[in-house]
Amino acid sequence: MGNLVAKSPCKGLLPLSVGAMSASEVETGAMTMLSPRKGQDGALDEAMRAVHGLGYPAPSGVESAGEARAIWFGHSSVLLVGAEPGQRLEEHGVLVDQSDAWAVVRLDGPGAEDVLARLVPVDVRLCAFPVGSTARSKIGHMSGSVTRVGEASFWLMVFRSMAETLVHDLKSAMEAVAARG
Amino acid sequence: MRITCPHCGERDHREFYYKGHALALERPSPDAGEAAWDDYVHQRENPAGVTRDLWYHEGGCGAWVVVSRNTLTHEVLGTQAASEARA
Ligand SMILES: [Zn+2]
Repeated sequence: MGNLVAKSPCKGLLPLSVGAMSASEVETGAMTMLSPRKGQDGALDEAMRAVHGLGYPAPSGVESAGEARAIWFGHSSVLLVGAEPGQRLEEHGVLVDQSDAWAVVRLDGPGAEDVLARLVPVDVRLCAFPVGSTARSKIGHMSGSVTRVGEASFWLMVFRSMAETLVHDLKSAMEAVAARG
Repeated sequence: MRITCPHCGERDHREFYYKGHALALERPSPDAGEAAWDDYVHQRENPAGVTRDLWYHEGGCGAWVVVSRNTLTHEVLGTQAASEARA
């Protein structure tokens, strides 16, 4: 058997710079979807705090501790990113390994908000969407996740199979924003 | 039209998939009898005014949402997570 080499979702597509903005792939490490078992929301939250030092985030919120992030990911779901889930979590939640399922792209620079205004039907201005906010919404015509990780930095996530479309849509929007000067 | 998802806040209605009248929340018991089941499966109201629908936040958090709205004015009167409406 040959030596298999892992290929990241955006391999050959990124990085990309337009004007003062850039898009780059984030290699997050492990990604696990957590869903509380029935009536176990509080217990799962406690287990996450004990094992990972971060709680179950409120809707539209993110909790972080070191490299690990817990991103609210929709109804009864949280994506634990950058940490292997502790076994104790399984007592109170259903865990699904999604490590290779998502393309994660980081968008940086002045104008990032204007780029997202062309793609995402949610108000992502700093006043409405401060650092540590997250939204499940549309990115172009794809279902995705948008998280603000810095004042001018976002994480955009779509299914891995849509990485090329994401980069294409993002590049077009970045060029349109840069062209306005 | 804008719909307030109980989790995500106010969103464009294009993020939602429309199911229809929220009668799935009032499913008759298996032994409710023919009349009740006939009504549940076939009979639909078509109100000119306030109605209660199920919408799925497909392009968002994946929750089913009960939306009360007015079919005459398109006014959205209120929303509730279906999981709570049933409880
Ligand atoms: Zn929602």
